[in-house]
Amino acid sequence: MTRLSILLLLAVVACALGVVTSQHQSRKLFVELETEQAAAQKLATEWTQLQLEQGTWATHKRVEQVAVQRLGMHAPDAATTVVVAVEEAER
Amino acid sequence: MSARFEKRAPQLRLKLEGWRSRLVLVLLAAGFALLAGRAFYLQALNTSFLQAKGEARYARTIELPASRGKVLDRNGHALAISTVVESICATPEELGEADERDLAALARALGMNAGEVRQKIARKDRQFVFLKRQISPEQAAKVMGLRVPGVFQQREFRRYYPAGEVMAHVVGFTGIEDNGQEGMELAAEARLAGVPGSRKVIRDRRGRIVEDAESLRPPRDGEPVTLALDQRLQFLAHKELKAAVEASRARAGSLVILDAKTGEVLALVNQPDYNPNNRATVTGRQTRNRSVTDLFEPGSTLKPFTVAAALDAGVVKSTTLIDTAPMKIGGWTINDSHPMGTLSVAQVIAKSSNIGTARIQLAMSAERVGTLYRELGFGVAPRTGFPGEAKGQLRPWEKWRPVEQATMSYGHGISVSLLQVARAYTVFANEGRLLPLSLLRQDSTPSDPAGASPPRGKPLFTPAATREVMRMMELATLDGGTAPRAQVPGYRVAGKTGTAHKPENGGYAEHKYVSSFVGLGPVSDPRLVVAVMLDEPQGVKYYGGDVGAPVFSTVMGQALRLMGVAPDAPATLNVLAPKESDPS
Repeated sequence: MTRLSILLLLAVVACALGVVTSQHQSRKLFVELETEQAAAQKLATEWTQLQLEQGTWATHKRVEQVAVQRLGMHAPDAATTVVVAVEEAER
Repeated sequence: MSARFEKRAPQLRLKLEGWRSRLVLVLLAAGFALLAGRAFYLQALNTSFLQAKGEARYARTIELPASRGKVLDRNGHALAISTVVESICATPEELGEADERDLAALARALGMNAGEVRQKIARKDRQFVFLKRQISPEQAAKVMGLRVPGVFQQREFRRYYPAGEVMAHVVGFTGIEDNGQEGMELAAEARLAGVPGSRKVIRDRRGRIVEDAESLRPPRDGEPVTLALDQRLQFLAHKELKAAVEASRARAGSLVILDAKTGEVLALVNQPDYNPNNRATVTGRQTRNRSVTDLFEPGSTLKPFTVAAALDAGVVKSTTLIDTAPMKIGGWTINDSHPMGTLSVAQVIAKSSNIGTARIQLAMSAERVGTLYRELGFGVAPRTGFPGEAKGQLRPWEKWRPVEQATMSYGHGISVSLLQVARAYTVFANEGRLLPLSLLRQDSTPSDPAGASPPRGKPLFTPAATREVMRMMELATLDGGTAPRAQVPGYRVAGKTGTAHKPENGGYAEHKYVSSFVGLGPVSDPRLVVAVMLDEPQGVKYYGGDVGAPVFSTVMGQALRLMGVAPDAPATLNVLAPKESDPS
């Protein structure tokens, strides 16, 4: 009877310690999860900022400015365009 | 007897009164009863209050912000994006106790002077003031790094418009609370707006979140909205319109490009414009989307409808000759810009004779014409969902006087928006059927052929009549027509000029005009409708054929090239014939 009681007492203590460790583990993991989520949030923010930057750099106004002023390009006019006629059967 | 007492403990030898032990017993019992009562009171009766108090020590409800949906053009280019910014706030009471040095450093980091900061926190009774709203996260980090007591940051979203003024009128803008105020931002508010969520968490001693207590409401981000606009065409239209408004010193101008097959609005621009990213000095004159909300008398651009109706009614044929001598109706005289003699119906359109069109119009009943105008969408809101779209003014035909019926044929006495005129022209590209307009991209998938063809209205004209009127409008763009400057190298185009006197003080202003040009291209299989309108162009040239048509020509030509539409009049270009023995 006494032996059984001691055994059960030990089991209870072991269980209690188990609960404590697993709780600790879960909190540690949760903090990690939070950190990662914060990082994901930060990356998402950065992504929208990069999208915005891309959108700003790629506006047609700027592209045209660079093409005309820096690269000296211009749209071909009718005189310098050659149209290749395609036979009806090939379409 | 005494020997028995001897064996017992000495205390018991005392002969005490029996009530004393009972008193102790009662006192102890009362003590326990008190404890049990208290425990019962705390555990059973007062439990919720106490639990809430306890929870408040470690649990927090956190707001989860939701971002606003993006606005995209038809090819997925971003037109409006929300990005995270920080707002710096303070509790005046706490910050008021900060010393001069801290305050000065804070002001410097915020880019303000110390006096401004002092002024903001002057009212001590307020719990919360914004020191500066919407600064970059980097700057906010610097401010928070100062660790001034009473200062904290709040995350917010700010809307940016990469395309700026080019898209401003259609996309619109949001207010500082991230809610739509103008344009599609307002029209599509329900889809764009996100719903912030919240969750309950448990924090430890150091303020870190250690456990999710419960998720109350997950945040819902706004949906993206895809417009029908094509950024390339929009940019092209914006550039050309701006140049034309500057060259003609017009008060304002608008340009609309429609997809002639689907009724989608591919481009819609107005002058003057504004930059939606910086609205400090913006006025209503700049933010108005004139092509949708403003009315004007369209002038001769309405003539093709009269002629198409007359062809269908059998009143005239395209070869019927019409006398264009000035005519009088009820005390009014109808004039042409110059005498034209006798013209065929085709020439009436090509040369734009008011008298000729008025005669054709009067050969039809007012009911026929009035019903037609309404069916073409004049006097009816186009229902694009755009806020504040104009209905136009069209008096009921039952009340028309004959002169009204006559003047309406050349677009006076009726007012419409440019978008309505452009839409009405879709009948010429769709065998007489009017298309509904759409500012949103019409998604059609190959697996859903029913969704591939847009809904079409009932036919207003026969295909034969629309083809004939197209031919007449093509004549208008050829030499001898009113708008040879509308020609596009490589493509056949058709269109109609309009030059209307502006109504003023109950009459018409002598030297104030609205000049317009509306046309389609390519004629062999129309893909685009382009409508241009210039308000009060100054200078000697003010006719639609002189100021509107060149803009039409440039925009139509470049737009067709951008869309990869094959030239249907390659004779005007350098053509390289395919080789006789092509191995492929």
